[in-house]
Amino acid sequence: MEQKHKIWKSFMRRPECLTLTALFGLLLFNLFFTKGFFTIQIRDGHFYGSLIDIIKRGAPLMITVMGLTMVIATGGTDISVGSIAAITGVFTASLIGGDFAFEAGAVSGSRVPLGMAIAAGLLAAAMIGLWNGFLVAKIGIPPLIATLMMQVAGRGIAELIASGKILTIYYKPFYYIGSGWLLGLPVSIFLVLALGMLVWLLLRKTAYGMYLTAIGLNKTASAFSGIKTGMVVWSAFVFSALMAGIAGIVTSSEIRAADPVNLGLYLELDAILACNLGGNSMKGGRCNLAGSIIGAVLVQTLTTTIYSKGVPSETILVYKALVVILVGLIQVTDWSLALKRRGCRSEAA
Amino acid sequence: MKLLKTLQKYSFNTEHITLWAAVIVFAVFFTFGSLRYKNFFAVQTICNILMDNSHLLIVALGETLVLISGGIDLSVGALIAFNFTASAYMLTVMKLPLPLVVAVILLVGTLLGFLNGYLISYKGFQPFIATLATQFLARGGCYMISTGTIVISHPSVLKLSVFKLRLPGGYITFGVLVSLVMLILFYILTKKTKFGRNVYAIGGNEVSAKMLGIPVKRTRMYVYAVSGFTTSVASLVFAVYILSSYGLHAQSLHLDAVSAAVIGGTLTTGGVGSVIGTLFGVLTTGIIQTIITFQGTLTSGWSKITIAVLLLSFILLQRFIIWERKRNRKVKPVKMLQSENLIEKEGGA
Amino acid sequence: MDKKGNVLVEMKDICKQYPGVTALSNVSFTLREGEIHSLCGENGAGKSTLIKILTGYEHKDSGRIFLKGKEIAAETTLEAQRVGISTVYQEVNLCPNLSVAENIFIGRQPTDRFGQISWNRMRRGAVKAMARLNMELDVEAHLEEYSVAVQQMVAIARAVDMEASVLVLDEPTSSLDANEVANLFEVIRRLQRQGMGIIFISHFFEQVFQLSDTITVLRNGHKIGTYDIQEIDRRSLVEKMLGRELAAFTETAEEKQCKKEDKTSVYFRMEGVGKKGMIPPLDVTVEKGTIVGLAGLLGSGRTETARLLFGVDKADSGTFYLGTKKTRNASPQDAIRHGMAFCPENRKTEGLVLEMTVRDNIILALQGKKGMFHLISKRRQRELADEYINKLRIATPGSSQLVGNLSGGNQQKVLLARWLATNPDLFILDEPTRGIDVGAKAEILNLVLKLAKDGKSVMFISSEISEVIRCSDKVYIYKDRHIVGELEGEQVTEERILNCIAESAESSEGQKAGKEKIDGAKT
Repeated sequence: MEQKHKIWKSFMRRPECLTLTALFGLLLFNLFFTKGFFTIQIRDGHFYGSLIDIIKRGAPLMITVMGLTMVIATGGTDISVGSIAAITGVFTASLIGGDFAFEAGAVSGSRVPLGMAIAAGLLAAAMIGLWNGFLVAKIGIPPLIATLMMQVAGRGIAELIASGKILTIYYKPFYYIGSGWLLGLPVSIFLVLALGMLVWLLLRKTAYGMYLTAIGLNKTASAFSGIKTGMVVWSAFVFSALMAGIAGIVTSSEIRAADPVNLGLYLELDAILACNLGGNSMKGGRCNLAGSIIGAVLVQTLTTTIYSKGVPSETILVYKALVVILVGLIQVTDWSLALKRRGCRSEAA
Repeated sequence: MKLLKTLQKYSFNTEHITLWAAVIVFAVFFTFGSLRYKNFFAVQTICNILMDNSHLLIVALGETLVLISGGIDLSVGALIAFNFTASAYMLTVMKLPLPLVVAVILLVGTLLGFLNGYLISYKGFQPFIATLATQFLARGGCYMISTGTIVISHPSVLKLSVFKLRLPGGYITFGVLVSLVMLILFYILTKKTKFGRNVYAIGGNEVSAKMLGIPVKRTRMYVYAVSGFTTSVASLVFAVYILSSYGLHAQSLHLDAVSAAVIGGTLTTGGVGSVIGTLFGVLTTGIIQTIITFQGTLTSGWSKITIAVLLLSFILLQRFIIWERKRNRKVKPVKMLQSENLIEKEGGA
Repeated sequence: MDKKGNVLVEMKDICKQYPGVTALSNVSFTLREGEIHSLCGENGAGKSTLIKILTGYEHKDSGRIFLKGKEIAAETTLEAQRVGISTVYQEVNLCPNLSVAENIFIGRQPTDRFGQISWNRMRRGAVKAMARLNMELDVEAHLEEYSVAVQQMVAIARAVDMEASVLVLDEPTSSLDANEVANLFEVIRRLQRQGMGIIFISHFFEQVFQLSDTITVLRNGHKIGTYDIQEIDRRSLVEKMLGRELAAFTETAEEKQCKKEDKTSVYFRMEGVGKKGMIPPLDVTVEKGTIVGLAGLLGSGRTETARLLFGVDKADSGTFYLGTKKTRNASPQDAIRHGMAFCPENRKTEGLVLEMTVRDNIILALQGKKGMFHLISKRRQRELADEYINKLRIATPGSSQLVGNLSGGNQQKVLLARWLATNPDLFILDEPTRGIDVGAKAEILNLVLKLAKDGKSVMFISSEISEVIRCSDKVYIYKDRHIVGELEGEQVTEERILNCIAESAESSEGQKAGKEKIDGAKT
């Protein structure tokens, strides 16, 4: 009995618990106040419903946070993820081509083989990640400033690639990723699961996760212990960019268009919020993947809930901003308490 | 001889080297433009830069102060948009009297700045998260007021917008006057007031500042409030300048403000910065914009990239200088006086 | 010579508790005008806490404080400064990006009639303030352009200008060389003559003896006693601080003699290795199975040597040899590959990850060595951690305890365990016994000796010359970032080392300081 009580207590202390509670709270709210929220219909062998929507729409966010968690764990930040998503989406779309050659009501082929187009887009994303990581790890520019520049420059690059237009994608096979179905559920869900597994393997089955947290807690000590801190930080930015790129492709596949201005807009806010909700402090030292993904689900649920109440899309920003502030207030009190307790010990010396 | 010494002193400080670099870049671009385009080489060109960027100069001043304190304010662009929309709404739709509108807007911007400052100083928020949240709060609020374009047709405002002050070689507008007044005020603030010097101290070493008795938390909060105030002033100036909200929403103004400050010699790490430098920073970014406009063929995408590249160059320059100085650290000599006479003097006194 | 005047500061029955620790227990302290009063005690004895309470940085739980007869209760450091209590810390608490003049006047800048700062008056005032300390410098230059010693003087100048009646100096000489220390002491004595009361905290025995009129000893939060400098000698002071006889070491000089004869080949060599802005080209050789000690004052270049050896800093010049083979040594990974291990000076900020568990800290370097793809299994992690907790007798409730919660001595043991787990050939230990109580100190020193017995090499850096002498087979003597001497075997004595440092001084003052050191050592 004592043992069970202990396990329960340590579970309760985990930060995801708070997030899960909030999530359940939200779902509960919807249960009572939103008609048909939990209804799942089956049409053409596919599942439909608000719950499905949440996961489908939230897939890009969930994918992005997988990468961003790594950067945050090292104590850094990447606010260029939105722009990277835009660049990737636009680049891939332009490679596929918006040519409107009709043949039985749809475009017959893409300019570049689909696989190559997607690979090229992801390569572009990875290169941006390399650049960001280079500035941070080798030049020593603070991550905020480095990714701030990319955030703005990235939008510019996206606009240039798309020549300032919104690129419509007419190539059907591309739609599969974002709006296709597999076993009755949206493909993006499986993509999230697969990527999640891969990232989890990377973080937990290799020493990478440990390296990230060690660097976030004490970079010097990590370097002195023989960890190649520069490489680890650099690679974190590459992963973050890569994930953002995948998110960009999924989004443009879902809406069948790539808009350089709006694709991935405010993605960084959602992603940072999700990571924070997942218990990953911006100071670094925590690499909680599950928490971030749950946080992403929470953010998406919040968005969906608000939409279902008929709030216009621009106003949602206000609600999200308020949530960021609220979460920040709660988090900060937790940290300062923990530090106070620990600080006393060293004070006595 | 004294001039040479002063010149020597001024060239070997970090902030002054980048300031010289900014002046040189400005001169280079000015020459380039003059050679390439007709009508470029004129006082009016510079006046035009000031006219087009008076709102930028005003918020860049506030941003400089924030950067000196060791923080960053990403909400300035959104706050301008919000304040502008609010003022336009109050003037045009609610038909409130002009003085009241001005007072309200000045208050609102400052209060939002206080919000930033409070969260950062007293609640332990990281500056970029707090100002990111405020940014989205303001953007959302802006959309809540109006999603369309509001045109201002208030007679007093119209009169101000065509007001021209004749100078030898050209003319300047009301906005420029306001921005120059703000420049003077900020010069006094940063060089002649205790508050201003406290900000430098906090940016240099926060712990020391606290130990020296400086009210760190309060000062930092006021810094962000000042930044908020500048967004109010800038939004009013912008209202007079452009009379409609077109082109205001998709802003990367926060990056422009940071760029202007950095180009003018402000360090992103805090403790160093000057408002004269920021003026040159604005002129430099402005002249590049002017060249792009004269060129005619380049889109907004290019201008975003250019600003980011410019910012990057100056940050790299700063880093290089810091690295160089660390390597060749020369310690300044100190003279020891003959002790005996002084002791006797002291003893006698 | 009784320079002491009226009572300046009186602290009565001060108590301070932290969760789980009693920092101060009914401690009373008196300071008089014109008195230089030193506070002594090991780390954890309570000296910093007492000072923090006096200067408004901390709040006492109970007790009373009087300044010039009036009761005070400084809530903030600013208040304390206002009533005339100023502190100069080890890390100078000024703003490096501001000018000297500004630092002296920050918070109280002279203003003109419009309320604006008058820079001219500030400059003049600063020049005067520095002149009171016998110094003339460009007060408009940024503080960071000056050496640490000068920066400290600026801090003192500020205190004096603010008409402080009490000056607290907390470990002021840690980063100073002999000349600078001599200057500082002269300034302190002048201030004393002017009637200031000075509280001097330092772990440098010699300096305490040179400077103080009175010494108060604290131990484990209690006051052991207050002694006039004439009444007490060094040995008694140490005993009072420790509360027991000095622990004996397990090795004697004869045993070391035997070891010397077994000396074998070179393990690692640095030839002409230096780095601009740090140290000039040096030659250091470490033989297998020996302990190489680096002796010298703080800031003399020993840590810099260690860092170059371990690849933390990249050398500008010179070559590294593993045995007789030339090799690259430009990063910690290279060094680890060569079989090195490094316990840095600042174990809390550079060595341990305080927020990680004991277990994670112990396996960190081993994991780094194995690389990212060979994760040490959880079971093996626990095994290793438990093994070393037992071997080194680390006092912790378990391997899942956060390292930050352990005491200094145990933290150092965790750090050592981390490197022992990688089975290196050369241990570089920078101040391994700093801030540790004597019991743990002895344990660690014995461990160091055992390492050499087991055939490992050790580079041992310590500011306690006695430790260096007891452990080392060979000693390099450092001064002002140069190696000024090399001693081996039975030549390694305190007198020779101090002589070497003293004789290589350029200025007469440095020689005087060195000479006083030697005289002191003879006592």
